[in-house]
Amino acid sequence: MRVAIPREIHPGERRVAATPDTVARLLKLGFDVRVGSGAGAGSSMSDAAYEAAGAKIVRSVAALWGEADLVLKVRPPEFDAELGKHEVDLLPLEGTLVSFIWPATNAELLAKLNERKATVLAMDQVPRVTRAQKMDALSSMANIAGYRAIIEAASFFGRFFTGQMTAAGKVPPAKVLVIGAGVAGLSAIGTARGLGAIVRAFDTRPAVKEQVESMGAEFLEVSIHEDGTGQGGYAKTMSPEFIAAEMALFKEQARQVDIIVTTALIPGKPAPLLLAADIVQEMKPGSVIVDLAAEAGGNCEFTKPGQVVVEHGVTIIGYMDLPSRLAPTASQLYGTNLCHLLNDMGGAKSWNVNLEDEVVRGALVLHRGEVTWPPPRREPAPAPQASKPAAPPVAAAAPRKSGSGGGVTALIGGGALVALGLVAPPAFVAHFTVFVLACFIGWQVVWNVTPALHTPLMSVTNAISGIILIGGMLQVSGPPTSIVTVLAALAVLLAMINVAGGFLVTERMLAMFKK
Amino acid sequence: MPESLITLLYLLSGGLFILSLGGLSTQQTASRGNRFGIVGMLIAIATTAFGAEVSGSGYAVLAACVAVGAGIGAVLAARVEMTAMPELVAILHSFVGLAAVLVGYATYLGAGGYTGVEATIHEIEIFLGVFVGMVTFTGSLVAYGKLRGSIGGKPWLVPGRHWINVGMLCACIALASQFVGAPEHSALVPLAIMTAIAGVFGVHMVMAIGGADMPVVVSMLNSYSGWAASAAGFMLNNDLLILTGALVGSSGAILSYIMCRAMNRSFISVIMGGFGTASGAAAAAGAAPAGEVQSVDVAETTQLLADSKAIIIVPGYGMAVAQAQYPLFEICKLLSARGIKVRFAIHPVAGRLPGHMNVLLAEAKVPYDVVLEMEEINEDFPHTDTVLVIGANDIVNPGALDDPTSPIYGMPVLEAWKAGTTIVLKRGMASGYAGVDNPLFYKENNRMLFGDARKNVEAILASLREASGARAA
Repeated sequence: MRVAIPREIHPGERRVAATPDTVARLLKLGFDVRVGSGAGAGSSMSDAAYEAAGAKIVRSVAALWGEADLVLKVRPPEFDAELGKHEVDLLPLEGTLVSFIWPATNAELLAKLNERKATVLAMDQVPRVTRAQKMDALSSMANIAGYRAIIEAASFFGRFFTGQMTAAGKVPPAKVLVIGAGVAGLSAIGTARGLGAIVRAFDTRPAVKEQVESMGAEFLEVSIHEDGTGQGGYAKTMSPEFIAAEMALFKEQARQVDIIVTTALIPGKPAPLLLAADIVQEMKPGSVIVDLAAEAGGNCEFTKPGQVVVEHGVTIIGYMDLPSRLAPTASQLYGTNLCHLLNDMGGAKSWNVNLEDEVVRGALVLHRGEVTWPPPRREPAPAPQASKPAAPPVAAAAPRKSGSGGGVTALIGGGALVALGLVAPPAFVAHFTVFVLACFIGWQVVWNVTPALHTPLMSVTNAISGIILIGGMLQVSGPPTSIVTVLAALAVLLAMINVAGGFLVTERMLAMFKK
Repeated sequence: MPESLITLLYLLSGGLFILSLGGLSTQQTASRGNRFGIVGMLIAIATTAFGAEVSGSGYAVLAACVAVGAGIGAVLAARVEMTAMPELVAILHSFVGLAAVLVGYATYLGAGGYTGVEATIHEIEIFLGVFVGMVTFTGSLVAYGKLRGSIGGKPWLVPGRHWINVGMLCACIALASQFVGAPEHSALVPLAIMTAIAGVFGVHMVMAIGGADMPVVVSMLNSYSGWAASAAGFMLNNDLLILTGALVGSSGAILSYIMCRAMNRSFISVIMGGFGTASGAAAAAGAAPAGEVQSVDVAETTQLLADSKAIIIVPGYGMAVAQAQYPLFEICKLLSARGIKVRFAIHPVAGRLPGHMNVLLAEAKVPYDVVLEMEEINEDFPHTDTVLVIGANDIVNPGALDDPTSPIYGMPVLEAWKAGTTIVLKRGMASGYAGVDNPLFYKENNRMLFGDARKNVEAILASLREASGARAA
């Protein structure tokens, strides 16, 4: 399989989807790697270095794209002014593209790619599950953004981060407030701590307190208790009372701290406004705000996306290309994320877009000209504080059933139902309805049972199946010596052993499960 | 009691059963779930007892049977060892099966009054109910024997056994055509012959299934016992029986499916039986792993454990047999006190019952949050210093992943060999239930600690205590 690594054409973009290092890994996976001439220049990687790693350098952009089975990119495809062509039109028909796509905001691009019958994996859609951590490009980039945010702040800030006692007098340490302790926030905390600053952090999700403290920062809390944990490890929108308390906290902190880094994002919504004008006014002149949510509108009222502005003596940095400002590292991490994804998909030898793989399914936005985004909803992400609910190993099983065999089964089932409806008396049909519905309920309920409780499940169902004793009870009232009564009585006795034994032994077992 | 009230009380009882199963989804709600089940059952029994069908002398008979049955059940429940849970579950399944047969016969001999299509359907229901009940009964008895060890674990394979099964099924269908449509009470002979055939069928089916597949068999019989109850509900026109039977039936079916998937085998091939015999022998002969086994003694094992930072323990059926879970947890506590991270990794088919290992560890008071499922922990093996494998074999066999000739190829396994060192506690070099040799034993980073698991675990515990004591002093 031929893999193409084109040069990124977005203005100012310095990253590239593969470094000489990851090229070597791609070769090991069996891919034939071609790199666009000058692709690595922004990341200080020369064509010669790629060639030395085993890639072929291709000068013609059209040829590079046109001959590729698989194109790896960083930015979503866009219009190439130099060639006068859109990158999507360079992609061969039914080609495969892996890059950031942002399908929610790029519907037009998606439609354009669809015209090419492309298969597209969006790195921004890789689900946030444990297994996919090694391919989670968003986290890789957020980590870099958090680091770079502190470095940018330091370059605009007129003092040391660390406190010093010198012969010429004492210098106090800088105080940094990080709002939002996701990957970027935690990375910013670590970087600021490393430079010697006093760091405080705030997050609406109480579960991250431990992580914040483990990075050496103080975790700030408001007096109102509300859990802001939303889906997929992100935060959700909070109640008005909570927000009021939050703003009061920020205002008080603004008087004390020198640098604020905001990273608050809520998926699918504009970034929440955290630093209104009155809070910024409270800050000392010379302070710095870095707004990592600039792309989504910004957490600060004065943020100008992509620019640095000074308001009330406070520098507000709204850069949106922080990862690109650390291009060699960003390229290396992103390239490694891609390698992991391609490896998981079978490498070149057994390349397979497996729709049953949760990670692939999540990232896949187009499949041979079929829009597959958004993916079908899955189990909600486990709550961070609850003891790990064992992800039922079965969750992926249900969709497996739907195949070509499913149609035949449905047809036979339907036919049988019609046949039954023609001959069966109404009383039977009523019972049959109960039966079928109960099967479905049982099916739904039991999948949720955690595997650790399978033995208790078995003994409870055992007890419950003792319900057959009712069958015996209905027939014990004949003459005491008749065969029917004897048989029925025996049935009651046996079933009762089950009922009592099953429930009691379950009770005994469950009492043992202690945390 | 008016009919509608009975129906509604049955509905309530059925709802409680559903909540009961739902409650088992987490450890926190499980006990409440069980109580729901008990209340549901009490309501069902009381409702039936005060219904129109029970009267006069029926109450005396009923009271006697219920008291005796409950007494036996309570004694069984109180006395059973947790290691013997699979046996208890199997024998309880057989009771449901037998009860279904008895109810079927009683229904047939009792009052009828059906005509036309209704009579036909009613008779089919009886026939099916007795068939399923009998298969459950004899099948569970054999499973019980196998689990206790009074019947050998090796699959018992009659030549042409599939044809025998097909023949028996055909005979039953032929008997059904005689049975259905015969004048009332007159077709007892075909019914009795069918019962006998179904009994043989149940025995034959379970006999042919190997010991390693026991978790599947037990959950399959669990499913059958549910279907038997459901069939009884159809013949008695009782919706509660139908509903509850169907709940249990689908629950057992799901468990069987989960177990089969954990072994990467199709349900059909498990039922057809004969695992790990012919193909297993051939593979073992063809690709016997070369290399030397390195054995260690207790002192070295203790040293290895004490020097680790992260340890994963993989228990198998051998741990249950040796009752080693108690000293094992003491070891965990000592190691944890030294700041070593100790966790347990449970393979879905470890033991002889789904979830069996979890119950045994819970019995030894191991907190359930350090007991992890295969999917949760498999990625952590490379970051683990030492893995202690106790009485497990096939579930840590690397051949399942990299040796296409292995009969267990494709089965998901715990990737213990990726850890720094593995220590396998084992009685001797015998192979596991699947009859497959285990290349893990010959790996360079593997050590074998031969001997009785319990004795060895206790010896490790003693030497760890000594070391701790010395350190404290």
